[in-house]
Amino acid sequence: MIYRETGQFKANYQDDQALFPIEQDRYVIFGILFLVFGVVPYLMNEYWLNAILLPFLIYSLAALGLNILTGYCGQLSLGTGAFMAVGAFSIYKLMVAVPDLGFIPLVVLSGLITAAVGTLFGLPSLRIKGFYLAVATLAAQFFLIWLFNKVGWFYNYSASGMINSPPMTVFGFTITGPEGNMTAKYYLVAAIVAVFALAAKNIARGRIGRNWMAIRDMDIAAELIGVRPLIAKLSAFAVSSFYVGMAGALYFAVWLGSAEATEAFDINQSFLVLFMIIIGGLGSVLGSFLGAAFLVILPIMLKNILVDGLGTDSALATHLEFIIVGVLIIGFLIVEPHGLARLWRIAKEKLRLWPFPY
Amino acid sequence: MTERNIGDVILKVDNISLSFGVMKVLDDISFDIRQGEIRSIIGPNGAGKSSMLNVINGFYHPQQGSITFKGATRRQMAPQVAASQGIARTFQNIALFKGMSTLDNIMTGRNLKMKTNLFWQALHIGPARTEELENREAAEKIIDFLDIQAIRKKPVGKLPYGLQKRVELGRALAAEPELLLLDEPMAGMNSEEKEDMCRFILDVNSEFGTTIALIEHDMGVVMDLSDRVLVLDYGKQLADDIPDKVRSNQDVIDAYLGVPHE
Ligand SMILES: Nc1ncnc2c1ncn2[C@@H]1O[C@H](COP(=O)(O)OP(=O)(O)O)[C@@H](O)[C@H]1O
Ligand SMILES: [Mg+2]
Repeated sequence: MIYRETGQFKANYQDDQALFPIEQDRYVIFGILFLVFGVVPYLMNEYWLNAILLPFLIYSLAALGLNILTGYCGQLSLGTGAFMAVGAFSIYKLMVAVPDLGFIPLVVLSGLITAAVGTLFGLPSLRIKGFYLAVATLAAQFFLIWLFNKVGWFYNYSASGMINSPPMTVFGFTITGPEGNMTAKYYLVAAIVAVFALAAKNIARGRIGRNWMAIRDMDIAAELIGVRPLIAKLSAFAVSSFYVGMAGALYFAVWLGSAEATEAFDINQSFLVLFMIIIGGLGSVLGSFLGAAFLVILPIMLKNILVDGLGTDSALATHLEFIIVGVLIIGFLIVEPHGLARLWRIAKEKLRLWPFPY
Repeated sequence: MTERNIGDVILKVDNISLSFGVMKVLDDISFDIRQGEIRSIIGPNGAGKSSMLNVINGFYHPQQGSITFKGATRRQMAPQVAASQGIARTFQNIALFKGMSTLDNIMTGRNLKMKTNLFWQALHIGPARTEELENREAAEKIIDFLDIQAIRKKPVGKLPYGLQKRVELGRALAAEPELLLLDEPMAGMNSEEKEDMCRFILDVNSEFGTTIALIEHDMGVVMDLSDRVLVLDYGKQLADDIPDKVRSNQDVIDAYLGVPHE
């Protein structure tokens, strides 16, 4: 009876409207924040921070972005990799040109640039839907990556075609470049992700989020009650790309340190993030995190257990990963489209009323 | 029926013709709806009743004729304009937002009453919070009115049919419309559910003064509720009169009432 709603009465709509209406949920969130900022950095060594936590957080941000577009607004996109690249190349150009603005403003600025590009590529969504829109975003994926590869201006004409993130500091800690401080990187990314996850949750539960879902569930009815499809869809593309762009910027500047468009941001990235939201849960902020955690940790776990532990061939381990992910995707799509987040909610419902499940 | 408070003409339909390709769905239809009235549209399946509602709220574009709503005359309205002018509707085949809760469906019905921008919404403080709470209160009034408190947080896709129809009425009411278009709100309901729905329609009409255009097949219901009845038959206007006169109109009896229908 640790987790229950009984006895917690909501006297007014303020309380019911609260982000986490159940008291225990609030404790859980504070607990997680305490873990993330107070405990984890001391428990984890640099390897774990770098191999698991940073990519987990950055992919969570990207998944959150794609979930806004696909999960909440129902517009399928296969261009996530390219939009991450827009964020990455934006922050690269900005870090070189105007480093004095400071790193965090540059991350936000890169997000805004990506939002503009994303909105532009979202225009076809006003005329086409579903499969055809997915193909259009796929075209965006290939076009943008081709552009970043072809036009030297984007990578300042470096001989290799690579972009390298110059060292920048936040509050005196170096967070980009080879000298970067791993703990500082972690704190910075965790803080950015926490703030924007909260913002996403707020947007999703307000008017704008409801209009997105209305367009997703029944666009004609939405239109007839005054939702403007143009504004709803393009705002979803804009907000989504903003998140994906920031994720791309962090992915390149903080995590990779250097990147090449065709390698770091190819179509596989688009699919990876899409799989994250399918497995985690479409239309769920929590699901974005669960899906990212799952797909970041799975290959590492498989490698540790199979290759290092049991001495399995590493190619076989990779194949096994494909099979597991494939089966899960199909399973979730057929059985539980709301993913891990839904399973969590079901478990919660059961706990909530326990021991009297009526 | 008690004394009714019928006002001026709120909606006037003049010589509307609508075709899809060679098929003429509406042929020179003219009628009006008065403020505070319950106006029924009847006719066999395929008569063009739903199409008429679609023309009124801007979803279908007629080739001829005009619509005058609250004094402004148009050939066609954009659906959003119709919505912002105070026209709301329910659909023959329920068109709820299936993945959303009852409360969220009804809140979405209030979207035109909400204005705060993305920035405030992301922070969920200040004006965004105030606005959300005010509209939540209005939504809760509708939930109480329709007696659907128990399903407030349930996703509507999983609700039984009769309740879905009720939630859809709630979503339309949330916009506080002046003219409410109801497309077969009682289709597929048992008699108890029908009775509830009739009561809601009458209450909406008398308590909020909402003008109602109603498409319904159940003749008992139509004759009981309506002030005036428009009869369509394969796109043609067959009769337009008070229920008693319509009931005794020979054309109507031949075309519609006499012939069994589903
Ligand atoms: N969007 C459309 N495209 C083509 N035909 C349509 C469309 N909407 C309605 N119709 C046709 O118009 C006729 C009238 O339909 P409808 O207005 O739904 O009739 P009712 O509601 O009276 O049963 C039907 O024959 C239907 O097939
Ligand atoms: Mg119909």
